[in-house]
Amino acid sequence: MTSPLQQKIKISGPSIVTANRTGDGVVIYRTGEKSWSARIADASVVRNADEARALLSEAVADDVGAIGAYIAPVDVIEGKIEPGNLREHIRSEGLTIPLLPVPA
Amino acid sequence: MYAYDEIDRTLVNERVSEFRDQVQRRLSGELTEDEFKSLRLMNGVYLQLHAYMLRIAIPYGTLSSPQMRKLAHVARRYDRGYGHFTTRQNIQYNWIKLSELPDALEDLASVGIHGMQTSGNCIRNITTDQWAGVAPGEIEDPRIWAEILRQYSTMHPEFSFLPRKFKIAITASENDRAAIKVHDIGLRIKKNEQGETGFEVLVGGGLGRTPFIGKTIKEFISHRDILSYVEAILRVYNQYGRRDNIYKARIKILVHELGIEKFAQEVEEEWLQMRDGVLALDDVVVEDIRSRFSYPNYQKLSDNPDELKAAAADPRFAMWLGNSVAPHRVPGYSIVTLSLKPVGMPPGDATADQMDAIADLAEKYSFGEIRVGHEQNLALPNVAKRDLPALWRALDKIGVATPNVNLITDIIACPGLDYCSLANARSIPIAQELTKRFANPDLAKLIGKLHINISGCINACGHHHVGHIGILGVEKNNEEFYQITIGGRADEQAEVGTLIGPAVPYAEVADVIEDIVEAYLALRARPDEVFVEAVKRLGVTPFKERVYATR
Amino acid sequence: MPLVKDGKIVDDTFVHLADDAVLASGGDLLIPAVRFLADSGAAVARSGKTGVVWLNNRDIDDLVAHLDKISIVALVFPSFRDGRAYSQARLLRERHGYKGELRATGQVLRDQFVFMLRAGFDAFDVRKESDAKAFAEVAARYSVFYQPTGDGRVTAFRQRLARHAEVAGS
Repeated sequence: MTSPLQQKIKISGPSIVTANRTGDGVVIYRTGEKSWSARIADASVVRNADEARALLSEAVADDVGAIGAYIAPVDVIEGKIEPGNLREHIRSEGLTIPLLPVPA
Repeated sequence: MYAYDEIDRTLVNERVSEFRDQVQRRLSGELTEDEFKSLRLMNGVYLQLHAYMLRIAIPYGTLSSPQMRKLAHVARRYDRGYGHFTTRQNIQYNWIKLSELPDALEDLASVGIHGMQTSGNCIRNITTDQWAGVAPGEIEDPRIWAEILRQYSTMHPEFSFLPRKFKIAITASENDRAAIKVHDIGLRIKKNEQGETGFEVLVGGGLGRTPFIGKTIKEFISHRDILSYVEAILRVYNQYGRRDNIYKARIKILVHELGIEKFAQEVEEEWLQMRDGVLALDDVVVEDIRSRFSYPNYQKLSDNPDELKAAAADPRFAMWLGNSVAPHRVPGYSIVTLSLKPVGMPPGDATADQMDAIADLAEKYSFGEIRVGHEQNLALPNVAKRDLPALWRALDKIGVATPNVNLITDIIACPGLDYCSLANARSIPIAQELTKRFANPDLAKLIGKLHINISGCINACGHHHVGHIGILGVEKNNEEFYQITIGGRADEQAEVGTLIGPAVPYAEVADVIEDIVEAYLALRARPDEVFVEAVKRLGVTPFKERVYATR
Repeated sequence: MPLVKDGKIVDDTFVHLADDAVLASGGDLLIPAVRFLADSGAAVARSGKTGVVWLNNRDIDDLVAHLDKISIVALVFPSFRDGRAYSQARLLRERHGYKGELRATGQVLRDQFVFMLRAGFDAFDVRKESDAKAFAEVAARYSVFYQPTGDGRVTAFRQRLARHAEVAGS
């Protein structure tokens, strides 16, 4: 497998690093405090390839805590971080469909 | 039903204990994700967008009521109260935690089910006709052979690290409900002139990026030689299948690149060296497997009981009876399909409560047996006709009696971008919208047999290539678009569908399908000329013109 | 890398001969297939023992004529996922009756031990010390085997028939 760090890093706008938590698979975002958060609002936003590489490197180094870290686009609107594409919207906000009704 | 004995159970338990150790080593950091990935995949554990996904095998689509209850238990205890039945007689849980996976698998092992070989580059769950053993006119019960192949393929010491995944399906009926022509190996049970049971062997079928219909490699192979012949195919594939490019690694590409004659010759050479070896099946072994399948103690019952006559006056019951109930090989009994395609819901999903209720109904009305088909519906294979009205009321109550089997709203769909990390576009919302458009049962009945298949990416888990109408999600400039094919089919006349034109945006898919259906209704020669036959006669042009005239 | 043989960690007396190294007359050597085939006479005429490293894309038929002159066949797993050497191993043992050491090299982890043992390997160049130490425990993890291979383990089919015979005879 090619390490994500060996791939060419190219970003076209504000970006974050995201992954899934090893123990339960929950979507997580790399923060500026060298840790992870389940809230996209806590994500560290990078704006050029060097910053992105640095953030991804430290994320990938945490192989025990997180799986499959990668760079994802975001929009920063009035200081609020919004997912930059549909896939990331779904990862951040959940299914676009109702779950089957589960009786209480 | 096949009854696992102590030997089968021991293996499943040993596997769970091994996986528990592997999960432990992963969580402690002893195993990197790179090392662990192959191990979890060998146990059916994927990582999806929101969580891990666990895929559980339902060998040859047969479940007992206790097994179904255990599937419900896992859904309730370790997941979010539901599961998704797939196109390969598996069930998937979408929200399972890695740390709880060994416990979930241990619970399943207590009823003899597991996730072994539901992923990874090994021989996957052996599938067959969901009506195996009960369909009229069947040559013999294909599940005996599916079980022999299941045992043969489980933890195979030579073929657990193949170039790519490997799928085998078997049918014993004229009408192929197991889609054998789109499998790596398809087996059709037949008898030779001497009345001996054997198989027509097809190889190299498959969907995905490069769809191929399987080709016959052997017209007839004796049942005695089936394992050695399969092993010869696998050995040639293991040695020569491409490993340099994941998209060219399936056996279909090897068969295509070598040509079927050359491939067949390689297999034959290998096979001749081993056909009389340890894999030759003696009758004692076959009979021993056969003896552990138990069959219901059918009663002599009326084929047209009073209960049925009385209920026929209810038009809703009559519609369901006409749609979801099929003839059984034993007079007085029926095969009942349970639609998991209610209007507006994700195709193939069932809640834990539904699963429990179905387990109870199977015990009450179907000798405790449930089937899972590749169309993502369930079936009760042994229902006395006199019980049909009572069963219908119970099924209706839990929402699995929508009379849409084989109709336009009986949609096959993969989980798509709502769940899947490979998907480019969503599948489920498209299916939901379509079921709403065609929700009127009279309209669906008027349209007649029409299979819509939806895949959210080129990997084709929704088998879009072989849908009468196939819908494939693609991504264009960060937007969801869908390519539409028509004229595909997965049965004994399997065919890959033809693209009708440029992909259409998400919001227009349902309109396009409506246009295609309207064109069909206007153009069909007779009401009983089904959609796929009309396409065959007319070609794609009239449909294409209709769809793109105003777009 | 620890070598496990017959279930135990042992010292490896063999040295891998580099592609361009001089063929020493003494010492136990593992020789790349290309060099071995180029002059197999010279390789086996040495005083030390000879093993051959056979890559997984080489036809095993080309090795068959030499099997009685060599002590080790080392098959290669370039990655965990590449299973070609399992086929080569079974062919060597079961079809060609090779009785010498069959060594698994390359990406050899504990999770393959059972598969490898069943395919006929009896020596393992294990990548991790911890895996090598766990060998005996891991090798004993499974007691049920469905497929007949050349490793002599009793298959589930035969176990069952034996049980039935026992029941019938008692």
